[in-house]
Amino acid sequence: MSAPSRSQTPLKLMIVDDSNIIRRRIERSQQIDRLEVVGSASNGRQAVELFRRTQPDVVTMDLTMPEMDGIECVQELVAINSKVLILVVSALADKATAVEAIEKGANGFLCKPFTDRQLNDALHELLLGV
Amino acid sequence: MLKEAEIRTFIEGATRYFEVSAQQEASVGSPYLVTDGNPGAYDYTGVIGISGARKGIVYFSAPRGMLTVLLMRMQETDTSDENIKDLVGEVANTISGNARKDFGRNFIISVPTVVGHDMEKVTAPYAKSYVIPINWRTHSAKLVVCLE
Repeated sequence: MSAPSRSQTPLKLMIVDDSNIIRRRIERSQQIDRLEVVGSASNGRQAVELFRRTQPDVVTMDLTMPEMDGIECVQELVAINSKVLILVVSALADKATAVEAIEKGANGFLCKPFTDRQLNDALHELLLGV
Repeated sequence: MLKEAEIRTFIEGATRYFEVSAQQEASVGSPYLVTDGNPGAYDYTGVIGISGARKGIVYFSAPRGMLTVLLMRMQETDTSDENIKDLVGEVANTISGNARKDFGRNFIISVPTVVGHDMEKVTAPYAKSYVIPINWRTHSAKLVVCLE
C-alpha cells in the first residue's frame, strides 16, 4: 500500500475569535476534510497557550480582541512555529491592517462579514501547496 | 460633524452585514440627527468606542426578536441571552471595523461593550448623534454614530 500523499495529510485547525458565535460558525462552516478543529480561543493570550499545547498547523485569527490583539498574537505564534498557516478573519477592512498582518506572518486575510463559500475559498487558498 | 459620505459608509456597512450574514437584505431608513444626547435604544446594544483620528462611539441596537431570527439565519441554534449579546456586539464590531475601509486605520475601534435589558444605560457622549434606522423582516433596529 502506498503512503498517503502529502495533500491528504490531516491538518490541525485552531480558531481564535472573541465571539463565540464566530468561533462556532467557522467550526460548522469549514468543509475541508483535511482540517480537524483541535481547539478555540477567545483572546490572544489564550490562543498562545492553546497553540503550545495543541500545535495546530492552521489558525484562523481575529484581530480586535481583549487581553492580546490578533496582530501581536500572530507574531507570537510565528515565533513559536514559523511554518504555521494563519488566516486573519477580521472586520478591519483597511488595506494597511491587512498588509501589517501579512508582514507580521499571516498568510491570508478574510474580511467579516463572510459567507461560508468565502471562508472555504480562503482556507483552500491558504492550503494550496501544503 | 459627519459628512454625508461618512454616513454612507455606515449605511453600506449595515446593509452589507445583513446581506452577507443573513443572506437577506435589510432596508435602511433616512438617517436623522438627534441633538438632545439621547438617541435611544432597543433591548440589546453593542457599543464600540472610537479613538484615534475620530472620537466617540458607534452602537448597534436591536430588539431580541430581530437578533434571535438573525442568529437562526446564521444557522446558530443556541439563542441564549449570552449568544444574543455576543451577536449584537459582533454586528457593532463588524460595521465599525468595515468603516476603516473609508476612514483609514487611524479610526481605532474598541472591543464591544454590550448592554442588555437596560436601555437607560445606553448614553451618547455628545449631544449630537446620527441615527440610521435599519429594517429587516418585520423588525426595526438602529445604528447610532456619535463622533466628536
